[in-house]
Amino acid sequence: MAAILPANPLDIADRDDRSERAQPLSPPPPRRRVAPWADAVFAGLAQGAAWLTLALMAGIIGSLLLGAAPAIKEFGLAFLWTSDWDPVQQKFGGLVMIYGTLMSSLIALLIAVPVSFGIAIFLTELSPGWLKRPLGIAVELLAAVPSIVYGMWGLLVFGPLLATYVQQPLQSLLNGVPFLGTLVSGPPVGIGILSAGIILAIMIIPFIASVMRDVFEVTPPMLKESAYGLGSTTWEVVSKIVLPYTKTGVVGGIMLGLGRALGETMAVTFVIGNMNQLNSLSVFEAANSITSALANEFAEAGEGLHQASLIYLGLVLFFITFVVLACSKLLLNQLKKNEGARA
Amino acid sequence: MSNGISASSAAIAASRQKMQAKRKRVNGVALSLSLAAMAFGVFWLIWILYETVVLGIGGLNLATFTEMTPPPMAEDGGLANAIFGSMLMVGLATLIGTPIGILAGVYLAEYGQKTWLGGTVRFINDILLSAPSIVIGLFIYSLVVAQLKSFSGFAGVLALALIVIPVVIRTTENMLSLIPNALREAAYALGTPKWKVILSVTLKSARAGVMTGILLALARISGETAPLLFTALSNQFWTSNLGEPMASLPVTIFKFAMSPYENWQKLAWAGVFIITMGVLALNILARVLFKNKH
Repeated sequence: MAAILPANPLDIADRDDRSERAQPLSPPPPRRRVAPWADAVFAGLAQGAAWLTLALMAGIIGSLLLGAAPAIKEFGLAFLWTSDWDPVQQKFGGLVMIYGTLMSSLIALLIAVPVSFGIAIFLTELSPGWLKRPLGIAVELLAAVPSIVYGMWGLLVFGPLLATYVQQPLQSLLNGVPFLGTLVSGPPVGIGILSAGIILAIMIIPFIASVMRDVFEVTPPMLKESAYGLGSTTWEVVSKIVLPYTKTGVVGGIMLGLGRALGETMAVTFVIGNMNQLNSLSVFEAANSITSALANEFAEAGEGLHQASLIYLGLVLFFITFVVLACSKLLLNQLKKNEGARA
Repeated sequence: MSNGISASSAAIAASRQKMQAKRKRVNGVALSLSLAAMAFGVFWLIWILYETVVLGIGGLNLATFTEMTPPPMAEDGGLANAIFGSMLMVGLATLIGTPIGILAGVYLAEYGQKTWLGGTVRFINDILLSAPSIVIGLFIYSLVVAQLKSFSGFAGVLALALIVIPVVIRTTENMLSLIPNALREAAYALGTPKWKVILSVTLKSARAGVMTGILLALARISGETAPLLFTALSNQFWTSNLGEPMASLPVTIFKFAMSPYENWQKLAWAGVFIITMGVLALNILARVLFKNKH
């Protein structure tokens, strides 16, 4: 027995190593690959789904162009600044709807931007810790409420109140004043561009506020603390440190809200009044927007120029929102990139 | 001489104090405005929820869930066909949209992070996420309804599915990129093929997040009206045939709320109550689910 035992343990390692290299005992067990095609199939499926998203975008643009082709041929770009909308005589122009869409979104932004800014400051700088989460959740839930709820509430609850407590006092106050008087004229029923703008503002406040809150939070705490350490007030920190640092993101968030407001259908359709008129510039006069024209007329529109003109409007809307959303995305990405570079 | 110095230093101190007071005032005004903005936001949420609950519960009874949508001025009637149509279309749309969304999300997070395809898809997807939903309706109209020459529940399902996809892509990609790379590397080191790593390691660890995304998509399409207006249209009767026009809760609410008939408006409030509660419950469920895992 003892003879078998090697004198030197190093020896055995050496010998074993050599023998293994020289004459392998047996070939390594063949690796059993389970379904070698599965990898390729899965990768293909995933890539296919990604392509599908691109195809979807291309399909939307293509189908809008195709559907609008008769109207584009007939009216050309003049469609954008003519305001006739006469299905009987087959004359169509989109100015009224385009004006309604842009104007109501503008009013919405004028209200929503300062309010969202205040909410974002409150949530990042002022709120006590225990209140931050519930309030943040409340703002996000406000974003989740379906737009039809806002629309119906706007038509049946908010509209009448707006007419009684805002429009009528304004009318009696500004009666006879040249420009402002016409701005508030109209029957006191609480529908029109102003109501649409206010409802849209309530709808987009949560979107803008939560983007602003998120971008405010990327400001490095070191920067803020340095400013506080020098004796800055909270407002000075926000306006001179946080805002300059995050301005691209803030603009991106506002653009995101604008994109939402432009494309919103139900909330606007309920309260804008759906009247194709542009005779009076009053914000209380019933008007129309691209989305509400589509919602109200498309299902009943006869094939031909009427339908093509409506699709043309849809194309204009899609083009505007595409540009706005693309700008928003680029700005927000830029903030992210800068953050990476500075970190 | 010394008198002059102390006088000027007193002047400086006074001006500093003034400055300080002014800064404090500005700060106070700004912060109260911010507080007012927060109150303003919460005020609308409470007001809208309050009206929805009060007016909604007033219109709600058992018949709402068991009877069909009534003609105008009728005594009774409910929303049974609309509720059923909504559930059917929303369910099918989620079933169609979810796998595509998850696969594309997997592509973005696991295959195409740095490729041009990945970058482009991510960009386009973010635009689709906020694109006007009525345009999706137009697209499906010309793709399906105009070709088959009839409005159908099937077209409604497709339109809703197209809205589900971007939401699921976004959340899936975000959740997968939260999974630490060490987990993937450990699985690869054991010789696991990539598809298996993704299916049984990364996707599995991101399960709660992906579910959250699906629930949020579900909540989003439950309230969508615009894409159904000229795809599924509406139907006064109970139908489970996807080949014919189908009622849905949001479209029925739209029709009823815009009408002058009192019984229709009452039902519309009941419908709004059901939708709001359903959507809020889905959102809260999604949050709870996500919070428990993270």
